[in-house]
Amino acid sequence: MGNTMTEQTQAPESLNSVPSQKDESSAIIRVEGMNKWYGDFHVLKDLNLDVRHGERIVICGPSGSGKSTFIRCINRLEEHQKGKIIVDNIELTDDIRHIDTVRREVGMVFQHFNLFPHLTVLENCCLSPIWVRKTPRKEAEEAAMEYLTRVKIPDQANKFPGQLSGGQQQRVAIARALCMKPKIMLFDEPTSALDPEMIKEVLDVMIELAGSGMTMICVTHEMGFAKTVADRVIFMDGGEIVEQAPPQEFFSNPREPRTQKFLEQILQH
Amino acid sequence: MTEPMMKPPKIATSPVVWIRQNLFSSWYNSLLTLVVGYLVVTSVGPLFNWLFFDATFLGDEPSDCTGTGACWLFISERLNFFIYGFYPDDLQWRVDVMFGLLALSFIPQFIEGFPGRKWFGLFGLTGLPVVGYFLVPGGYFGLEVVESSKWGGLMLTLILAYIGIIASLPIGIVLALGRRSEMPIIRGICVVFIEVWRAVPLITVLFMASVMLPLFLPDGVNFEKLMRALIGITLWQSAYMAEVIRGGLQAIPRGQYEAADALGLGYWKKTGLIILPQALKMVIPGIVNTFISLFKDTTLVLIIGLFDILGTVQSTITDPAWRSVAIEGYVFVAFCFWIFCFGISRYSQNLERKLDTGHKT
Repeated sequence: MGNTMTEQTQAPESLNSVPSQKDESSAIIRVEGMNKWYGDFHVLKDLNLDVRHGERIVICGPSGSGKSTFIRCINRLEEHQKGKIIVDNIELTDDIRHIDTVRREVGMVFQHFNLFPHLTVLENCCLSPIWVRKTPRKEAEEAAMEYLTRVKIPDQANKFPGQLSGGQQQRVAIARALCMKPKIMLFDEPTSALDPEMIKEVLDVMIELAGSGMTMICVTHEMGFAKTVADRVIFMDGGEIVEQAPPQEFFSNPREPRTQKFLEQILQH
Repeated sequence: MTEPMMKPPKIATSPVVWIRQNLFSSWYNSLLTLVVGYLVVTSVGPLFNWLFFDATFLGDEPSDCTGTGACWLFISERLNFFIYGFYPDDLQWRVDVMFGLLALSFIPQFIEGFPGRKWFGLFGLTGLPVVGYFLVPGGYFGLEVVESSKWGGLMLTLILAYIGIIASLPIGIVLALGRRSEMPIIRGICVVFIEVWRAVPLITVLFMASVMLPLFLPDGVNFEKLMRALIGITLWQSAYMAEVIRGGLQAIPRGQYEAADALGLGYWKKTGLIILPQALKMVIPGIVNTFISLFKDTTLVLIIGLFDILGTVQSTITDPAWRSVAIEGYVFVAFCFWIFCFGISRYSQNLERKLDTGHKT
């Protein structure tokens, strides 16, 4: 299924008009010598990563390689035990204020959407802007409608998540994260729980977002998406970053044997 | 297919056909129908005769009860005592106002589309107890004081149940959250509280409250017996409520917590906006179950000398002026309890339907 998305899905031209703010000099996310254990199990080993403003990174790897755990550390849904994670110049420590500040700037999209089932689509989107950013309700709703239009479901705004399809729910989840106007978006296998015919509608939205200059880190198995939008592809295995390269190089000329084996398995079936 | 489509089977509408199909479809079904029919006729008939057809409804004094059926005269003659206890006659309007406000707060909840019914309900939960606090005992605004020892009957039952219910819910929520807290001291306190209170029977709690508590309190500090009973009932009930709510909290998927965290909602916003609304909705049946059992458990205050509706009835059925009226009395009490408990139950079903957002996981 890795090849379902190939060159036919280009970012729409109009959206590239938003200037991408790529600042080569400064990293918006800096991970230095980061380690994490679950009890005795060493799940992440000495990870180092710099992410520039506006950079689009795809992380892939076999299941259990720690890629989801890794991006969940970036907004502290998981705690790391050793090393440093600095997001937007704030180091993630036990300090709850730092964590809250970082979470305000980092949006996250989950595999299972995790929409709030007791709230309508619009309320899902407005909740955090109103309660965390203190945006006036009317303003928050207008902004939410804009984002819902962007993910192409403004007509579902007053429904409950339980009344939508999986693809629609995931697009709402993306809009919900965007409503906080985050500087960084994390995607944790956003299409893995979707039926095949719904994957494209979600990827289209993500491609559009990538075209707008958002800094994105995306854990996914959609290699077509990686080829289309990624600036860098990272391959993880056994809790380590095995290889990272721009997509052309990564797919055409992988250096590490583990990467070669993974790509063989995922691309030829 | 060239054949015309088959028509749906014709549904028999004639009552004779219906009876044959459903009641006499085979020899043992026919036998069952006859046996059950015989039992219904022989038991329900006399019951209705006793309740209504042979019963005495009108009259002024015990001797008017001449029929072979129930003597409802007893209930209507003593109704004032059953509702107000020893509350002075000329001050009973104060209680009537409370009954009226109670009805005003909650009857709209059963009427779909009643304008502003949410506000009526909110008043019932917040304003009503405050009004009651000033109005029923008196002593404020020139109202004559009525000692709580004079309260009784249905009014006392409702006070005990109502305060027990609306105070135990918030305390229960706090205890349930505390028990799931990551802070060991808070968790420890909540676990001990819940396990201690839940492990003692309500009768013990009431005895402790009325007999033992005064021994421990310093001289000069003295609550009324009713107040002590109320505190005991509320704390005891809170422990049960906490466990019901904890069940709901545990049923919330981890993803909901994570999504709220990722959006930067802090603990209180996450709990108040995301977790509790879903958890409480999920355990409405459990909460209502607890409410109903509390409502009925209030009858236990009889043993510490408070006269709730059952107490008032029980103390009058032995009155030698009347022939044996025990059954009438107990049927009346059962009916009163049933009305209120059924109302609570219906309201909760209503609420569940209203809160259903089509999300079944």
